[in-house]
Amino acid sequence: MATMAARKEPVAPAPCSLDSQVKRIQIDGLVVLKIIKHYQEEGQGSEVVQGVLLGLVVDDRLEITNCFPFPQHTEDDADFDEVQYQMEMMRSLRHVNIDHLHVGWYQSTYYGSFVSRALLDSQFSYQHAIEESVVLIYDPLKTAQGSLCLKAYRLTPKLMEICKEKDFSPEGLKKANIGYEHMFEEVPIVIKNSHLMNVLMWELEEKSTMADKHELLSLSSSNHLEKSLQLLMDRVDEMSQEIVKYNSYCRNLSKQQQQKHQYLQRRQQENAQRQSRGEPPLPEEDISKMFKPPPPPPRMDTLLIAGQINNYCQNVKEFTSQNLGKLFMAQALQHPSS
Amino acid sequence: VLCSLHGLPLPSSGYSFHDIANVQIYMYTPRLYLQTMVQEQILSWYYGVWTLRGSSGNIQIFSIHSFYSTFLLLKMAVHGPFVKIHPVVLASIADSYERRNEGASRVIGTLLGTIDKHSVEVTNCFSVPHNESEDEVAVDMEFAKNMYELHKKVSPSEVIIGWYATGYDITEHSVLIHEYYSREAQNPIHLTVDTALQSNRMNIRAYASAQMGVPGKTVGVMFTPLTVKYVYYDTERIGVDLLQRTRASPTRTNGLTSDLAQVASAAGRIQEMLNTVLSYIEDVLSGKVMADNSVGRFLMDLVNKVPKISVEDFESMLNSNINDLLMVTYLANLTQAQIALNEKLVVL
Repeated sequence: MATMAARKEPVAPAPCSLDSQVKRIQIDGLVVLKIIKHYQEEGQGSEVVQGVLLGLVVDDRLEITNCFPFPQHTEDDADFDEVQYQMEMMRSLRHVNIDHLHVGWYQSTYYGSFVSRALLDSQFSYQHAIEESVVLIYDPLKTAQGSLCLKAYRLTPKLMEICKEKDFSPEGLKKANIGYEHMFEEVPIVIKNSHLMNVLMWELEEKSTMADKHELLSLSSSNHLEKSLQLLMDRVDEMSQEIVKYNSYCRNLSKQQQQKHQYLQRRQQENAQRQSRGEPPLPEEDISKMFKPPPPPPRMDTLLIAGQINNYCQNVKEFTSQNLGKLFMAQALQHPSS
Repeated sequence: VLCSLHGLPLPSSGYSFHDIANVQIYMYTPRLYLQTMVQEQILSWYYGVWTLRGSSGNIQIFSIHSFYSTFLLLKMAVHGPFVKIHPVVLASIADSYERRNEGASRVIGTLLGTIDKHSVEVTNCFSVPHNESEDEVAVDMEFAKNMYELHKKVSPSEVIIGWYATGYDITEHSVLIHEYYSREAQNPIHLTVDTALQSNRMNIRAYASAQMGVPGKTVGVMFTPLTVKYVYYDTERIGVDLLQRTRASPTRTNGLTSDLAQVASAAGRIQEMLNTVLSYIEDVLSGKVMADNSVGRFLMDLVNKVPKISVEDFESMLNSNINDLLMVTYLANLTQAQIALNEKLVVL
């Protein structure tokens, strides 16, 4: 999911090659806390937690000033109307002067696996309605390891085009010249606090105890690594299945082409023979009906899987680089003389 | 349970007095003591005795140790002396204060959370529009109910446990609002956050209310302060740490760091802490500071935490770990190259 630039420079934030107006995202501290709290309370055990982001667009920034969570899709509440919930919430928030403009949505993720059809569809519908909307992906497990992992993504204009036309065949994608790296673009995030919030932070620092768990420097990595690799392997398996499908399609297509070719040749030969014998040529038959080309498999899923694999690999590499650093630090501790 | 009232005039209506000399005042049940409480002024507490001036002008004296026996009754009546607050709540309050309507001097709202046997935990809140003028106060109760319903859909375990107001004092209007909230929840907690920063601090206080006065005749409400503790989930703690870094930058902004930069900054922090410890040790050694045994024990623990392993063992462990990580990196790179290749081949 990272852009091409992010792959080359893993440390610096990706320079934005956005065509649209919004180049940065500015998040209020309050939103960060709310997202964390929402996952912590409601997200244990279930897949994802989602919510809506509110804010407004200022100059070239998208400011996110508030958010509210979405209830889970409960099984026992079949007649629950999501749209109504949203409308009521926004109306109420407007009464207390909170920005009620929809600017995006957020979702939590499990080990970085968020590139899915569902996400694509949701983001597409959001972006279709509101041009600057983004999806914030919050990774709680990575955050628990030491530092906040919050990323903002948006579909590239090319992908928007494709989704609009719903043409997911290989030819369509070839035309658009889209690769899995160009599907999502990451928008850099900046966290901003108002002065009052800063005062609050000072108060909190005085009153609260020192964090006693410095997870960031913990050396135990195997669990996380195993999980990530397992997910990666699953995806690679899926990918290989897709590839096999595509390969067989290609083979069938080429076989069919050959058959068509042979048939045409035979036809011509026969026609030539008939002509030489003076008989009327055989009627031209509709070739396309005889040799119906096999349907090309949709390539969108493959793209998504490729993107997901890319994301996993990125995460794994980040994780390993951090751990290497930590191991070297541990080594330094053991050799005080060096 | 002691409080010093020397010379402090109380509001003559006797409705509320609070936080005098930062000591907790435990209340007393009216049926046992203080039958003539209302519209009296507490004159002084002197040698363990309350002195009160009655409305008729006579002076009554109650001894203080009679309060202790009601202490136990009190403990069951109120939730216990602790109120645990999550930083989300305070951030919300600060934000709604900033967005208040023109002319409103303070904001109020509902507190949601969970009640434990020993304490109350405040985990969420939302602001409620209200109008306040000199003589009357109007709160949009419909709105409050609606919002609570909506919130319940998301987190069904949260209940209304009280309300908050920005500002320093408890006013008469607070009493009215508190009454409304006591209909919604038992023993509602009242939280005040001083966003106007009087006394140059943002004072965050919590109160519980109690009845006082003459049963049958005029009764009043007294707000007793509770201890406020800040609790965090682990991830919240990390989020708050990140937010605190915005204080350092002049534009109050802060980007999210990535990768090795995080490890580097964590290492830097540990280095700072080590420096502090080292300077303390130097001071003790040179005699500037008295040595403290408990600190010494902690230092022993610290030094012992670095495991003593033989060099070869450690080398082999280190190498095997590094090999694992390198292998994984190699595989990840290989996979990425593979899918890139696949991409290009398809397009051909």
